[in-house]
Amino acid sequence: MAEWLRQAWTVARKDLVLEFRTRTALLSAVVFTALVLTIFNFGRDPTAVSALDLAPSILWVTFAFAAMLGLNRAFQLELENHALEGLLVSPLPRVSLYWGKLLANLVFVAVVEAVGLPLFVLFFDVPMGRALAPLVGVLALASVGFVTVGTLFSAMAIRTRFAELMLPVLLLPFFVPPLVLAVLATAKLLAARPLSESFGYLKLLAAYDILFLTVASLLFRHTVDE
Amino acid sequence: MLRAEGLWHAFGAVVALDDVSFRLAPGQTLAVFGPNGAGKTTLLKVLAGLIRPQRGRAVVDGGRRAIGWIGHQSHLYGHLTVRENLLFWGAVYGVPAARRAARAAEVLARLGLAGRADQPVWALSRGLEQRAAIARTLMHDPQVLLLDEPFTGLDLAAAAEFRALLAQLAGAGRIVVLATHNVDEGVELATDVAFQHRGRFVHFAPRAGRGAAEIAAAYRRAVRDG
Repeated sequence: MAEWLRQAWTVARKDLVLEFRTRTALLSAVVFTALVLTIFNFGRDPTAVSALDLAPSILWVTFAFAAMLGLNRAFQLELENHALEGLLVSPLPRVSLYWGKLLANLVFVAVVEAVGLPLFVLFFDVPMGRALAPLVGVLALASVGFVTVGTLFSAMAIRTRFAELMLPVLLLPFFVPPLVLAVLATAKLLAARPLSESFGYLKLLAAYDILFLTVASLLFRHTVDE
Repeated sequence: MLRAEGLWHAFGAVVALDDVSFRLAPGQTLAVFGPNGAGKTTLLKVLAGLIRPQRGRAVVDGGRRAIGWIGHQSHLYGHLTVRENLLFWGAVYGVPAARRAARAAEVLARLGLAGRADQPVWALSRGLEQRAAIARTLMHDPQVLLLDEPFTGLDLAAAAEFRALLAQLAGAGRIVVLATHNVDEGVELATDVAFQHRGRFVHFAPRAGRGAAEIAAAYRRAVRDG
């Protein structure tokens, strides 16, 4: 394994140990997801719009906001005892710090989605069947998109006075493309349309991920260095 | 070798570093004394690479890997144990995985923390946390130690032990830069003494056997006239 990637894993493992030991953000995100899905379930009028029409948007809006809870905490961990300052003095490559945070955030989002998806199926009674495997692919691609941009902006926002308010303001415009693509792909999958009809959306999601992974990896050092 | 060449840095209208130049060879210990706001922390942050000076440059042979930094905070993660913290920071500084556990045990024993190794950092007193911060700094056996008020929180016995450790490290060829507002702290360790006032070095000379009282008198004169 390349040294920078090994260092990234060191950072990710530390973040995951801290998260699973305290469980503060993870529990909040899981409870948030369950509550939002519950509210949408009871708040909609099933005679006006079918569950199948609403379900993709509800799923992705819920996951996007839940991801934001996790992204908010990514660099807050480093504020304790000014650990970030220690990391910036160290020889840790900035790209390793970025990828370490990215990996930990991806695990965080994956856990939230793993809990949220069965609840979504349960509440909205969507026919999952053969759609499950490709939907997991959509989840993976869209989550990478959210987390790639979110990790970068989380590092930028953490030095501002109102980081928790600032992050959504910075992030939501960048969430729109993957959110829209994921909703469209999910709608096709849940409507049992042929897989080929979703390929275009998946390709665009993959392109978004690659573009922003590259840009964020290059820009990250400018967000943390003075 | 550590070289500071014409360092100048300001925060708005406040000049924190004003044309500071010096050079230290292995085995030299520089004690930088100055009142609050004199620019000592900025100097150390510039030497550590945390702040890029607006003019001049700082060069540390061996780069970031050679630097051990103790700032105003411990840089430790509260929900990791002392040992986990040391292993994490050892990995960040590139201590080989096979050596890391042994090195952590060695440093913990050296700082009198062997019995606290498996306690989470949040459960430590201020003094013990400071000792753990020192252990963190020594984990990668740095060649240059940059210490900002390192005696804060240590009781008399721990401070004396730390002074002995620093003397031993300097004797083994490490470069030490120690910034403090308290002339009684660290004078006996220093081979060279600097007084910093309003960003400038108003005095920089070998200690040449001068004791704390003599240094304190010279310090008061220099700050008054500076």
